Amino acid sequence: MSEILVLVDHVDGAVRKTTNELLTIARRLGEPSAVFIGSDVSAAADQLKAYGAEKVYVVDDAEVKGYLVAPKAEVLQQLVEKTSPAAVLISSNAEGKEIAGRLAVKTDSGLITDAVDVQPGDSGPVTTQSVFAGNYTVQAKVTKGTPIITVKPNAATPEQVEGAAEQEKVDVTISDAAKSAKIVASEPRKATGRPELTEAAIVVSGGRGTGGNFEPVEKFADSLGAAVGASRAAVDSGWYPHSFQVGQTGKTVSPQLYVAAGISGAIQHRAGMQTSKTIVAINKDEEAPLFELVDFGVVGDLHAVLPAATDEVNKRKG
Amino acid sequence: MNIVVCVKYVPDATADRHFEADNTVDRVGVDGLLSELDEYAVEQALQLKEKGDGTDEITVLTVGPEQASDAIRKALQMGADKGVHVVDDAIAGSDSLATSLVLAEAIKKIDHDFVVCGMASTDGAMSVVPAMLAERLGVPQVTFGSQIEMQGKEIRIRRDGDAATEVIGATAPFVLSVTDQSGEARYPSFKGIMAAKKKPVETWSLADLGVEAEKVGLSASWTQVEDTAARPPRSQGEIVTDEDGSGATALAGFLASKKFI
Ligand SMILES: Cc1cc2nc3c(=O)[nH]c(=O)nc-3n(C[C@H](O)[C@H](O)[C@H](O)COP(=O)(O)OP(=O)(O)OC[C@H]3O[C@@H](n4cnc5c(N)ncnc54)[C@H](O)[C@@H]3O)c2cc1C
Ligand SMILES: Nc1ncnc2c1ncn2[C@@H]1O[C@H](COP(=O)(O)O)[C@@H](O)[C@H]1O
Repeated sequence: MSEILVLVDHVDGAVRKTTNELLTIARRLGEPSAVFIGSDVSAAADQLKAYGAEKVYVVDDAEVKGYLVAPKAEVLQQLVEKTSPAAVLISSNAEGKEIAGRLAVKTDSGLITDAVDVQPGDSGPVTTQSVFAGNYTVQAKVTKGTPIITVKPNAATPEQVEGAAEQEKVDVTISDAAKSAKIVASEPRKATGRPELTEAAIVVSGGRGTGGNFEPVEKFADSLGAAVGASRAAVDSGWYPHSFQVGQTGKTVSPQLYVAAGISGAIQHRAGMQTSKTIVAINKDEEAPLFELVDFGVVGDLHAVLPAATDEVNKRKG
Repeated sequence: MNIVVCVKYVPDATADRHFEADNTVDRVGVDGLLSELDEYAVEQALQLKEKGDGTDEITVLTVGPEQASDAIRKALQMGADKGVHVVDDAIAGSDSLATSLVLAEAIKKIDHDFVVCGMASTDGAMSVVPAMLAERLGVPQVTFGSQIEMQGKEIRIRRDGDAATEVIGATAPFVLSVTDQSGEARYPSFKGIMAAKKKPVETWSLADLGVEAEKVGLSASWTQVEDTAARPPRSQGEIVTDEDGSGATALAGFLASKKFI
């Protein structure tokens, strides 16, 4: 069976949940081989094994770290040439998509980004994507070269299948050209103690209607074990960091439950949450466009409804 | 320093965007405009030019159908100096690899020191063309800049990544892409609108670029869309009006019925 290369998405060896999903998808298509770029593979090895990696290619990141995107694309190019995989799977975030784009040019291969599902087909993997702000579903495949596919969080339910996870150290050479965009400084994101926005099963977002007070939103989120999101209006007002923005120029989320409080529902916001399973809105304006999408809506003041709902939830949880 | 800004003509997001029978995006039957996210690229180019010595020239470049000249005109009205429109029937249906190939060949023909792009197109939203251009042109990529600073040929951007906020540095030539956090884009002034009428716009075909027609377009693209389907509209669920806490009780009841509690 052909190998499927999966680029491991991790921070200092802490592997993101999306990698488990990619390994699960890879198993449908062939034999999963994880590509670990970093110096701390021991922290990641058990998890990669548990989710089915047959091989783990380990690339020491001394040459890679410190530069933006390009060296990682060179690593993958060299592994594609070495292993002739049937596909390469990468997490669909800003960096992942850029790595994929450069790899596609280097290997003269087709690229599909933002897949929400990947299934085996007669002539290679068939992907599903959600486009035009979630209004259309598209099925596509790669017709040239090695299919390079970036996959969104929650595209598959991770399955635990023990793999051999045989480690192989790979030496790669990184060109000077790939080291031309330097990471001059880096400030790690502070942990919030809440689930990662794009991976969370429940997301509670606040908008301009919070008036800058996110406490009711955060408390309600915590009662449900949810991640917190924000509209661009809230981010632009400086009420919440940009990394929590949901929408066209923020994160796309597709949780089991999305709760929008004090958010009107502009097309750019919908683009980031429209494919959520269940949608709930709290808004004092019954004409708010977001109500068109909801499974359940409360017309009311979020500053009254959210704290009371938080108490109700905590009571019911007992 | 001379700047090329890549701008895309896209179907209006508030209009009824849809696909053609061959599964390509209908770019002609739907009102289009300069991608809002590329206005930020034009804006940053203008700001960089304004800090320069006054000799700089900004060229806006687009690859797209006849109507895409609207996108160039808007950028010229904002203050760019000239336009290049690559238009050729053979380009229709190109994917990101084919589009970036055409863009890269056009950029090579324009006297420039660096390239500015938007963070994503508002239709395809792939966010890959800038990285592909950097790869094809063999220059550094400084992408997703939310703050941009330039001194001489040195650029520094702030990039808000998933795991960290980074400062990225490079030396021109490079490909820069900017986010919608980089600063509001200006509106064309009346003077700008009048001045744009006299600004030169060149139209290039694939032959002008020396790109073979077989290398681009729908049939030559590296990917194929097999099927498109409109998502069934969501039907509106129950809406309650809060009175003295009734909304919260009803909400908790709904969440419990769906097993979220
Ligand atoms: C290129 C571009 C990209 C964009 N990208 C994004 C994006 O990624 N994400 C995004 O969110 N937006 C994005 N936008 C902005 C988008 O168009 C809207 O402006 C934005 O989503 C509005 O945010 P909002 O709903 O919080 O604010 P508003 O539209 O002002 O809505 C606030 C809502 O709160 C309600 N409200 C007020 N007070 C209360 C209260 N006490 N209790 C309950 N309800 C209350 C009001 O009735 C209103 O419906 C983008 C725009 C552009 C042009
Ligand atoms: N057809 C095009 N013509 C000019 N510029 C483009 C075109 N397509 C993409 N770009 C540029 O590449 C950026 C990212 O596009 P994309 O990768 O399609 O999301 C856009 O913001 C533009 O700056």
